[in-house]
Amino acid sequence: MNFAIVLLAGPQDPAARSALNFARAVLASGHHISRLFFYRDAVHLATTLGVQPQDEADIHADWRAFISDNQLDAVVCIAAALRRGVLNADEATRWQRPTANTGTPWELSGLGQWVDSLQTADRTVTFGT
Amino acid sequence: MKSLLIITRRPPAHMGAREALDLVLAAAAFGVPTGLLFMDDGVLQLRKGQDAALLQQKSLTANLGALDMYGIEDVMVCRHSLAERGLHVNQCAVAVDCVDNAQIAALLDHYSEVVSL
Repeated sequence: MNFAIVLLAGPQDPAARSALNFARAVLASGHHISRLFFYRDAVHLATTLGVQPQDEADIHADWRAFISDNQLDAVVCIAAALRRGVLNADEATRWQRPTANTGTPWELSGLGQWVDSLQTADRTVTFGT
Repeated sequence: MKSLLIITRRPPAHMGAREALDLVLAAAAFGVPTGLLFMDDGVLQLRKGQDAALLQQKSLTANLGALDMYGIEDVMVCRHSLAERGLHVNQCAVAVDCVDNAQIAALLDHYSEVVSL
């Protein structure tokens, strides 16, 4: 079965961890993930600048590794990301900001990617509120 | 094409209210049959006579007004949430259908996808 997974909650919300555990279980069960979509505060997961205490799990790094290892399509809503200061190199240049804080494996794109997922995936599961 | 019901639950000053409406308009722009249900504090988005400028915010009214233009006919509000906040449907800024709990349960069955924002 083809799953699309949408995350709305930020790194500090337990839903960010539940969504990752669910995504791992989807793949472990032999299903596919057609797309991950990050909206609202979940766009903060895409920043590379988060620093966690050494004895705490790093949800940013865990998501990044999961996406890279499984070569998943991970889309971050561009409008939600710009509002919250999550910019890739192109956007940092376009808006003349001093640094970029996201990039591969994340892709910045529009809400249409979520709408497309809702149409094409067998199941779209949303985490967070 | 799968139909989509979007349930918006955040008050108007919350960025989440605008982000829910953005998804509604994006879905409609892709030609997806889309319904919109205002619930919980989301019903406050509909209240007539709000002045977002006092909070240095952009008004949601233009987005609400665009629903019709985008062909979104199923705009609904939860009767219970309105009543809890002492509001009546005639205080809403756009035309909405008032739905009760049984009708909401039927909506969840009727639409192929449901997103609660």
